[in-house]
Amino acid sequence: MTQPLVAPAADTGADVAPPVRRRGRWIPYLLLLPGLLWLAIFFVLPMLTVASTSLQEGSLAQGYELTWRVANYTEAAQRYAAQFSRAFLFAAASTVLALVVSYPLAYFIAFKAGRWRNLLLLLVIAPFFTSFLIRTLAWKIILSDSGWVVGTFQTLGLLPEQGRLLATSVAVIAGLTYNFLPFMTLPLYASLEKIDRSLIEAATDLYASPFTAFWKVTWPLSLPGVVAGTLLTFIPAAGDFVNVRFLGTPSQSMIGNVIESRFLVVLDYPTAAALSFTLMLAILLLVGLYVRRAGTETIV
Amino acid sequence: MTAPQPTEDAELRLIGLTKRFGPITAVDDLHLRVPSGAFIALLGPSGCGKTTTLRMVAGLEAPTAGQILLGDTDLTGLKPYRRPVNTVFQSYALFPHLDIYENVAFGLRRSGIKDVRAQVGQMLELVQLTGFERRRPSQVSGGQAQRVALARALINHPKMLLLDEPLGALDLKLRREMQLTLKRIQEEVRITFLHVTHDQEEAMTMADTIAVMSQGRIEQLGHPEQLYERPRTQFVANFLGQSNMLRATVDGRDGDLVTLRIADTTLVVPAEMLSHGMLTASGEVHVGVRPEKLDLAPVDDPVPQGRNALRGVVVDTSFMGTSTQYLVRTGWDQELTVFAQNRHTDVVAPGTRVRLTWRPEHAFVLDADTPTSAAAPQPAVAP
Amino acid sequence: MSRRLWRGVTRNLVGFYAALALLYLFLPVFVVIVFSFNDNVGRFNFTWQGFTLDSWLNPCGVAGLCQAMIRSIQIAIVSTIVATALGTMVAFALVRHRFRGRAMTNLLIFLPMASPEVVLGSAMLALFLNVGVRTGFLTILLGHIMFNISYVVVTVKARLLGMDSRLEEAAMDLYADEWQTFRRVTLPLVTPGVVAAALLAFALSFDDFIITLFNSGNTTTFPLFVYGAAQRGIPPQINVMGTALFAVAFVVLLVGQVTRRFRRS
Repeated sequence: MTQPLVAPAADTGADVAPPVRRRGRWIPYLLLLPGLLWLAIFFVLPMLTVASTSLQEGSLAQGYELTWRVANYTEAAQRYAAQFSRAFLFAAASTVLALVVSYPLAYFIAFKAGRWRNLLLLLVIAPFFTSFLIRTLAWKIILSDSGWVVGTFQTLGLLPEQGRLLATSVAVIAGLTYNFLPFMTLPLYASLEKIDRSLIEAATDLYASPFTAFWKVTWPLSLPGVVAGTLLTFIPAAGDFVNVRFLGTPSQSMIGNVIESRFLVVLDYPTAAALSFTLMLAILLLVGLYVRRAGTETIV
Repeated sequence: MTAPQPTEDAELRLIGLTKRFGPITAVDDLHLRVPSGAFIALLGPSGCGKTTTLRMVAGLEAPTAGQILLGDTDLTGLKPYRRPVNTVFQSYALFPHLDIYENVAFGLRRSGIKDVRAQVGQMLELVQLTGFERRRPSQVSGGQAQRVALARALINHPKMLLLDEPLGALDLKLRREMQLTLKRIQEEVRITFLHVTHDQEEAMTMADTIAVMSQGRIEQLGHPEQLYERPRTQFVANFLGQSNMLRATVDGRDGDLVTLRIADTTLVVPAEMLSHGMLTASGEVHVGVRPEKLDLAPVDDPVPQGRNALRGVVVDTSFMGTSTQYLVRTGWDQELTVFAQNRHTDVVAPGTRVRLTWRPEHAFVLDADTPTSAAAPQPAVAP
Repeated sequence: MSRRLWRGVTRNLVGFYAALALLYLFLPVFVVIVFSFNDNVGRFNFTWQGFTLDSWLNPCGVAGLCQAMIRSIQIAIVSTIVATALGTMVAFALVRHRFRGRAMTNLLIFLPMASPEVVLGSAMLALFLNVGVRTGFLTILLGHIMFNISYVVVTVKARLLGMDSRLEEAAMDLYADEWQTFRRVTLPLVTPGVVAAALLAFALSFDDFIITLFNSGNTTTFPLFVYGAAQRGIPPQINVMGTALFAVAFVVLLVGQVTRRFRRS
């Protein structure tokens, strides 16, 4: 069937073939263009506009002029320092609470749920199909003065006789925590689910108690999920103003409330822009530091 | 795009085939000619360029230089879907969203053939998977997926079939079965098979011809017996099976035989084994003897006529089932490996003085200065 | 407590905790559903007064509510289609192609997701004011498409990364040209990811409040209507809508789950 083969083939005098033309080299750029252009126009450009507006001065009647008025920033920072710090405080508190609530839930779904996993995930997401605002209004009902939550707290002595939950920081933080729960639970679940079970078994084989196994193996391996979850919770929480509106009073207002009122009510654009830009930078800084410290890789 | 009809004229020629990835040359000026209907294996360690070569023939990788000719057709610039060549992938690459029937029929459908039922049935019968038509790839075992991938490729009657380490993921027993199945099928359909593998046993079992590759080049090409019994470089000698390498000095010529000296022992090899390029300035060569060619006997036993003989001491024994492996230390402190077939002879104890004999034509000779392709594995027996 | 009881509790502690967490998650939903049946007197639907089906039988009884719903649906549909198309193309470029500026692209996709909505919304408003574009339906749409692109990219990208690229090579090896390979192999396999991305985009657009608030002008979407109602007066019909939204979405996802399991077996 076969003839003896020849290794170095006799030179056939054939020319060396030219390299294959790489015709499709511009395809990726075509694919990227529409999406990135959209983002350039409706994200980058607005950001630049905000930066520019924040350095202007004037009023609606007289018109605005770009005078590079850095004082916009310093003045705004001074006047609204309280709201800034409150925003970050509330956001931090609600992030921690969200983590405390979500972690065991995510752990349960990842490790103990078996066949019911998908159903449970569905149940975690489902409540968030009712509108964000409607849910927050529901909390207004739940935490209302005549509701049983307040009643129970009063009986247990957690609240004084005429104490309220609504219109307090507690209510605002409670609302913030609730509203971003899936953003915490799902990344946690995703990262817990990926953990190789045999690593935990190896730990217990090497004399670790269940708690130690968790602390030394599971927790560190779930950190990428923790990082993603805390970012996805903290960032929207810091800029939120709806929870304060519905569940709090102006004395709990966060920086989001100030930006909203400056932009839409008072129409003080330069100040509002300065506040907005500062918030953006602060968030980016925090994200950068946090991500570097926690050592995750690509987030996208 | 119609599936091409099988023809006799399916000789594969690779001319100066080169592939560079930046600074790395994966395939280096490869020349190869494979006649129609052959079963050729590209054998080598990972990184030797065998898979890259296969992918260039398939059209999945564009060569940096060189040509690929199949029969009269120059495949070099052609897209994969224009080549009368099909591939069986290492991970099978079965389409998960189609059932087995549609997977197998895929190539025919793309070629515009409407009525595929008969052919699919035939193919599934050939690979012994009749009745699996409606199953999904996720519902079949590794070995079954392998056979589906094979059927999916063969159904198009390609001029050549490329197999990219298709048996790697199977367990030993299944792998052995599949090796024989593939060989049987190849003989039945008489299509050229180009099989890439790093398993020398697999290559020797299945292929008529083996090209041993290292660092982008073909080290040696030939029938399995040729490569095994007459390796031309240390790399080939060590990649296929084990060898004992004796560094000896050429003494003189005696008719058909050449006399060599190592320490105080004289050896002979047939003169035809030495090519003119083999005698270095110092007159040294490597004489290779495979462990199974060495006969072990007590040191005082007479040496049969015409055989080479060495004396040594047994250092270690291992019982391996079909054979016993001995390590014998020679007078010049080299440890040689001997495979003695278990035929109810008593195991020779360590410490026993023995003599090893072999027939002169059972050795091979290598140039002492042959560069052994830098990344060659350690010789089986340390000199 | 006996040893066995203690061990039983600790072993199931996580499960117990998880059940509590789920209860906590559903509490507001129960309240929303229950209060949709409230026989409300007065402007605000905060105290229970009695059971009635009136609101359910007359869901559009409140002026402007159903129009707002329709607006939201319209915007959601259009923004989903556009964002899914644009985002899927970007995802393909990121996963399947090599190009310069990959880091910048990743950053540009990531930043909108990392920005608080108040910043995004107000920034867009600043742009529109500067350029002299009147805010309304169109500007809402533009904004929704903008933030949805990132989410679509992330979702489709995840799906593409999980896809074996050898499958496309196998298709080409079997005589499918580039277009056929795309149509017969790539597309069917990436479709679940694209569908998931579209559903996500729809939900995000429909429920969006903050960005919409800044850019809506005179147009009212459903979230904006609810916001206004929180000040004007909250009719039970809002709860009816909320419950309906919940039910529809729940059913859609459930069906999706079931069909996936059905197809697998």
